[in-house]
Amino acid sequence: MPQMNMVQAINDALRHEMRRDSRVVVLGEDVGKVGGVFRVTQGLFDEFGDDRVIDTPLSEGGIIGTAIGMALYGLVPVPEIQFSDFIFPAYDQIVSELAKYRYRSGGEYPAKLVIRTPTGGGIRGGHYHSQSPEAQFIHVAGLKVVCPSNPADAKGLLLASIRDPDPVLFFEPKRIYRAAKGEVPEGDHTVPIGKASVVRKGQHVTIVVWGAMLYEALDAANQAAAQGIDCEIIDLRTLWPLDIETIITSVKKTGRVVVVHEAPKSCGLGGEIVALINEKAFLHLEAPPKRVTGFDTPFPYTLEMEYLPLSHRILPAIIETARY
Amino acid sequence: MEGSAHPVARHPLDTHAPDVVRVLRDDGTLDPTNDPGLRSDEVLTLYRAMVRARLLDERLVRLQRQGRIGFHIGCKGEEASILGSAFAMRQNDWIFPCYREFAAALWRGMPLQRYVDNMFGNTNDPVKGRQMPDHYTWKSGKFGSVSSPIGTQITQAVGFAWAAKIRKEDAAVLVYFGDGATSSNEFHNGMNFAGVFKAPTVFFCRNNGWAISVPTERQTASETFAQKGVAYGVPGVRCDGNDLFAVVKVTRDAVARAARGEGPTIIEALTYRLEGHSTSDDPKAYRPEAGLDSWRRLDPIPRLRRYIERTTGWTDAQDKELETELDAELQAAIAVAEKTAPPALESMFEDVFGELPWHLQEQRDELLRGPRAKGHGH
Ligand SMILES: Cc1ncc(C[n+]2csc(CCOP(=O)(O)OP(=O)(O)O)c2C)c(N)n1
Ligand SMILES: [Mg+2]
Repeated sequence: MPQMNMVQAINDALRHEMRRDSRVVVLGEDVGKVGGVFRVTQGLFDEFGDDRVIDTPLSEGGIIGTAIGMALYGLVPVPEIQFSDFIFPAYDQIVSELAKYRYRSGGEYPAKLVIRTPTGGGIRGGHYHSQSPEAQFIHVAGLKVVCPSNPADAKGLLLASIRDPDPVLFFEPKRIYRAAKGEVPEGDHTVPIGKASVVRKGQHVTIVVWGAMLYEALDAANQAAAQGIDCEIIDLRTLWPLDIETIITSVKKTGRVVVVHEAPKSCGLGGEIVALINEKAFLHLEAPPKRVTGFDTPFPYTLEMEYLPLSHRILPAIIETARY
Repeated sequence: MEGSAHPVARHPLDTHAPDVVRVLRDDGTLDPTNDPGLRSDEVLTLYRAMVRARLLDERLVRLQRQGRIGFHIGCKGEEASILGSAFAMRQNDWIFPCYREFAAALWRGMPLQRYVDNMFGNTNDPVKGRQMPDHYTWKSGKFGSVSSPIGTQITQAVGFAWAAKIRKEDAAVLVYFGDGATSSNEFHNGMNFAGVFKAPTVFFCRNNGWAISVPTERQTASETFAQKGVAYGVPGVRCDGNDLFAVVKVTRDAVARAARGEGPTIIEALTYRLEGHSTSDDPKAYRPEAGLDSWRRLDPIPRLRRYIERTTGWTDAQDKELETELDAELQAAIAVAEKTAPPALESMFEDVFGELPWHLQEQRDELLRGPRAKGHGH
């Protein structure tokens, strides 16, 4: 199997599906000739041409609104929003329209598209190039939300997202775009939406995490192991709908859980996960569930590494939970 | 560029179209028709400011390449547009920036040291190290706050100007944005509201040919950006954006119109982005070097220099002297900024709200008690 980074794997998935299915089109700012500011769509313009790999005017509302129209016609648009921080001019189209189309039309008009967008911090991008807005899309009913942590999952989940009947927000953790490398199956390869992956088996503490923070959790788990604490790590992969079964099975085994995410703590996905654990496994808990997250402040520039829930903040939470 | 999908962004000779206000001729003389009548000391001050902006751009890119700062977004080629328009505003007027107008902030009195502090994101940075480099603010110079999302400042500038009108105060607002930003929701809202309410706004579109890799042809099917005013009842004018005198002339006219209570104007300044979009961008990936030569010949700084050489006998030696002086000033500012501490940890929680609520106090205390991250700093 070829070695790829995340950028190459996503590019490979797009190319594969565009060859297979002529309805798939890519549109967005700078996605054409230059192949995107992160080069994720590089080469697609040359292969598929201007009708299918489209540089648009600078308007996220325009991109998503027209993509919805294309989807209603029968195309399968995969629009790119250059940074997830810039998705908000399209929020109305995504939340009021895309997420509601199937429901409000009595099932007549399922509007299906996959919105790809780089997310997360750690690239010295300041507030407007670093946020993790997943919870703001989970809360609105009607959107699936995906966030891969490695190249093979990135390819497999993107192909599954494109073939899924529902609209998907596909968050790409930009901090590991090139840093996360691994073997990626050639040709067709899908990873099911809604299935988490247990990337480390353990007995004492469950860590629920996704995207770039997975590697921080692994690092913290290795340090915890030196102190005799054996962590189980769940990489969610699909953020919504949650793989609740995998989470609850693990928590029933360990009785202890730490949820890690970059987004601010309050009303983040971590809060929902903890609430579900309380509802479904309360009597199995040996310690209060913990959240290690970004703070409830805008994402800072100079102090970004203090803001992020990196391993130096995850480790004490693991120890505290284990020793509770 | 071959193929119809991405033709070369508009030809430089467009600045000779009959509707484009142009004053400074190629030989360094002025066309009297639209001459704003600048005094020679004013021209020299503006020339110095333009040279300073150019020097800053070059040095800041170098600092970024050396890894000493994280980012820079410059204005190389657009100095006349930015400084001419800032100069034309009156003391009581305000400026709402995009992100490429540090020269206008400096013109409005932001000390060089504060700007360089922003580049390093240190504790003396006007925005306390919270935003990327080139995202500053300077309220005492009636200069707004830079934000990354495209176009958002446009409606805000209109509201600010409208408020001054409601309070019957004589203040106009200059708002900068790019050609790309004319596709944003906020451009259309801003133009519409300003037209309806006759808000004293000067819409200043720096048409530099590109929005990152996307040429102007992909932003609009309109022949010009100024033309967009027609639909909103906002008069539009195009000027040679690399001609300091033309920029001053059209901006002054727009301010005068606003001050008379006649409402907004949209100015399209025809200029060119001579460098990449920012230090994160490699323009070779989408535009051929060859196309740049004709624009380099229209570089606003040598063009203005021909004028001052003709009118004041300005010499190469004076240019050298100026560069040495500006460089010394900048090196001193960099030395200070680089030694200045990063913002205090607790500053992360300040200014989220007017007062610190319980949950932020808790989170702050947790951060202060906990271990420090590795590998951060400037
Ligand atoms: C809402 C939004 N979408 C996308 C971006 C990313 N972006 C930053 S600058 C830019 C191009 C802007 O072009 P233009 O308005 O012409 O201004 P210029 O940079 O040429 O001065 C883009 C797409 C952004 N900052 N905000
Ligand atoms: Mg532009």
